Amino acid sequence: MSELLSAQDLSCYFRLAGAWGKGPVLKAVDGVSFALAPGETLGLVGESGCGKSTLGRLALALLPPTAGRIVFAGEDLARVSRQHLKELRRQIQIIFQDPYSSLNPRMTAGQILEEPFVIHNLGTRPERRAWVEELLTEVGLTSEVAGRYPHEFSGGQRQRLGIARALALKPRLIIADEPVSALDVSIQAQILNLLAELQQRHGLTYLFISHDLGVISQISSRVAVMYVGRLLEMASREVLAAARLHPYTEALLAAVPRPTPERTFNPPVLKGEPPSPVNVPPGCPFHPRCPEAQFPLCRESVPPWRETAPDHRVACHFR
Amino acid sequence: MRRTLRETLNLELIKENSLSHRADNLAVKTDAAPLLAVRDLTVNFDAARGQVRAVAGVSFDLAPGETLGLVGESGCGKTVTALAILRLLQSPPAEVSGAIRFLGEDLTVCPETRMRQIRGDRIAMVFQEPMTALNPVLTIGEQVAEALRLHRGLSHPEAWVEAAAALTRVGFPDAPHRLGQYPHQLSGGLRQRALMAMALACDPDLLIADEPTTALDVTIQAQILALLARLKAELGLAVLFITHNLGIVAQTADRVAVMYAGLMVEQAPTGELFRRPGHPYTVGLLNSVPRLDFSHPPGEILSAIAGHLPAAPPSGCLFRDRCPLAHGRCREEPPWVEVSPGHSVRCWNYV
Repeated sequence: MSELLSAQDLSCYFRLAGAWGKGPVLKAVDGVSFALAPGETLGLVGESGCGKSTLGRLALALLPPTAGRIVFAGEDLARVSRQHLKELRRQIQIIFQDPYSSLNPRMTAGQILEEPFVIHNLGTRPERRAWVEELLTEVGLTSEVAGRYPHEFSGGQRQRLGIARALALKPRLIIADEPVSALDVSIQAQILNLLAELQQRHGLTYLFISHDLGVISQISSRVAVMYVGRLLEMASREVLAAARLHPYTEALLAAVPRPTPERTFNPPVLKGEPPSPVNVPPGCPFHPRCPEAQFPLCRESVPPWRETAPDHRVACHFR
Repeated sequence: MRRTLRETLNLELIKENSLSHRADNLAVKTDAAPLLAVRDLTVNFDAARGQVRAVAGVSFDLAPGETLGLVGESGCGKTVTALAILRLLQSPPAEVSGAIRFLGEDLTVCPETRMRQIRGDRIAMVFQEPMTALNPVLTIGEQVAEALRLHRGLSHPEAWVEAAAALTRVGFPDAPHRLGQYPHQLSGGLRQRALMAMALACDPDLLIADEPTTALDVTIQAQILALLARLKAELGLAVLFITHNLGIVAQTADRVAVMYAGLMVEQAPTGELFRRPGHPYTVGLLNSVPRLDFSHPPGEILSAIAGHLPAAPPSGCLFRDRCPLAHGRCREEPPWVEVSPGHSVRCWNYV
């Protein structure tokens, strides 16, 4: 597989401030490996604080990895020169969760969309203007809105602006960090449709981060499940629809209330809460909550990240 | 498999089977006397740009032990309806009209002293954001005990013991030893449990739950929903469950009321609403929810509702700008039509 983005044993730790000097180490991302092929959408799902967004930031080289490598188009993002990183960043863009705080309130929509071209010294003024108009129509807005400020747009329109800005430099990879979580369900559907259309039209690759399994299942060609900084499972849609999954993935899928009243909702309730990434349990990080972990092995050794079937990787001793 | 709008609506079929008439009584007729009866509730806010209508003539009944799901998107007036029932809206700027009868007593006219007796004792509320709903400078025990002292007249030590029992009842682990903890020492799920303990300490008849699980992770949400289901069965609690999540409504509510732009557009028993949604807005909402299902190809297009809620909704039917079935008649205000027993829709397509 000629991958566009890959991670090998990628880790990112933060040293917390303690009352007396150095505090404990927070393992936000801990030994994560995955690969992303051009044109696919990898859905990254997990509960809050599991390290999804940190992983997204590592992929944008906004954070340096503590250990391991993050490779984009064959180049290790931690080793390239600053100049070259700027070049590479044209090809990796991000869409943020909150369309309210990710747009500068003092800039008009036109200025916001023109800024990427200005930063990268592209085009003349009239050319840039034309490109901005193109971008606006591409995301379903009209060119008349270029003179408006962010507060004059609705939440859905603001997210369209955020998407247009990410598209401006014709990137190959887009990190979408909870792009629809702040939106109402009808607007969420519009934005998911837009993202799917844009992917078709431009052959984009998405790393799509969300806590919402419904949204993840709508858009992803593959899904990775994260838990306290580690990947517990990664599988294609086909595998997810049919195969026996990691106990955590199964619990997550069962915990989602579905809009079908005929189906009785009685999920096996997971006890307790996800552990703190400062104090990760030894062995399998999921073992304290796992309904199936009755074996000393689960408490003693970290399960290996192994391929159990084509397109299916699991970190569990018993899968 | 997705159905087209027309198929889903199945207009012809419903028209044939229904006793299409303009319902005089907006509420669903139930055998039991309603615990809560809301009639023509309207809330206007005085704003700098003139009046803003947040809730426009909402009516519904809630029977003892029943759960009504109040659904709609942000800004549709769900929370304002709940706050108006508890008379928690400051006036001015809020201007509330209509009738709210709780156990036969009209809450809109009763004196404030009486309202204070009802609030927290007979009607309790759980809020969305457990961190802002709890007082950060008081311990959990103190906050749960407060309601018991005020409404039950318990002494401090008695209330403290009862508070521990209330926390245990909502599955708070090691409650007697954690009464002295402050909200910031608890996780989101435990804070929500503490809030539930506060609300249920006095054994209320009605619980208003305003997006109680929206701030929580899905596995914690499942815990809280399971807890709510258990308490409902144990205590015979009626619940007004406000949420934007149609999955939660499907799994918790007996009946569902759908709101759009301050107006109730549809009301039906839960099974009926999901099987035969009537209002084009309800149909659009249901089709917008991504199904948790990996059997279809990725990125399949959802049949979304076009446009967004306008700041100034049109005259006549408020939804007509976005409605795929709108026609000339929709410029007039649509009637509330009962399409089958207990299932009413505000739409010209059913007249």
